[in-house]
Amino acid sequence: MPFLFVGVLLPATPVQAEYGDVVLNRYAEKNGMRPVIYSHWFHRIRFRCKVCHSELGFEMRAGANDISMAKIIEGEYCGMCHNGEVAWSAEHCDRCHSGLPGLQTKIHGGGETSGPGVW
Amino acid sequence: MKKKTCCLITMFLCLPALAWASELPTSQGDASALRSWKPFTADGLHDPSNPALVELQQPGEAMAMFPKDVANTGNQVDWVRALEQGVIVPRTNIFPDTHIEVLDLDIIMDQTSQMGLVRFPHKAHTQWLECSNCHDKIFKKKAGGNPVNMFAILMGEYCGRCHGAVAFPLTECRRCHSEPRRGFAGSYGAQEGAGKTYKPVMDQKPVGINQ
Repeated sequence: MPFLFVGVLLPATPVQAEYGDVVLNRYAEKNGMRPVIYSHWFHRIRFRCKVCHSELGFEMRAGANDISMAKIIEGEYCGMCHNGEVAWSAEHCDRCHSGLPGLQTKIHGGGETSGPGVW
Repeated sequence: MKKKTCCLITMFLCLPALAWASELPTSQGDASALRSWKPFTADGLHDPSNPALVELQQPGEAMAMFPKDVANTGNQVDWVRALEQGVIVPRTNIFPDTHIEVLDLDIIMDQTSQMGLVRFPHKAHTQWLECSNCHDKIFKKKAGGNPVNMFAILMGEYCGRCHGAVAFPLTECRRCHSEPRRGFAGSYGAQEGAGKTYKPVMDQKPVGINQ
């Protein structure tokens, strides 16, 4: 019986993203690029939340920021750091545009990435 | 009885991983041994044919040595302790004149039905976040002034903006509902003095639901 539940609840090819992986695909695939995967976990090791969500003005909701390459190259959003000074510059397309085709804009958290710890 | 059933059903719907509950270790100490991180090529998210994947730091490489959280819980990292112990030193600002404020103030929330009271620590939150990230966009600066509830949180509102997405998951009920309702003699809302300090996650004893 438990196996039945597993069959019903799990998708055929489960995504096992790292907790906090954010997929951004508002413009990427429409413009022939892979979807962007933003690793929140990687960035918080180096910057506190307040840097991006206060100083740089990122809304705290996946997909709520109208980010385009033009803006990044002009120094907005990711381009505040990814400018070759604080972090590597925007010419390394594939480091961000690294997702499988067809991914939807969203954040991967909760039950998609992990199970319960101590309730 | 109805409430309990409803709660269980909600948890079950939200947590397909419950199916693995029987395999969960019985103590948090045991759990750390099971920690592992999926490489990019096997996470179902990254394109394995992307030549730039080798240039990215893998999650296991980045986080395996950080203070532990329970296996399969979020990033499996006790982020608050990682920061407090100086294991990581994330920058607080990019602009030199940004004002940095850390507030040590606990808030007791009592509208928690049969669950334990919620003790919200401003300190752990303001070490990471700026006041304006939450106030007043998500929470009014008034104890009791916000209709916070688990349904909204599970839908990504209030605490659920971060918890369940980038901060520890919503399966960890007792980390917020940490104040036993029975025997709590103080007043609700803002607490006087310094906030409560906590042991590292892996040293905390699991607590029962019926407190």
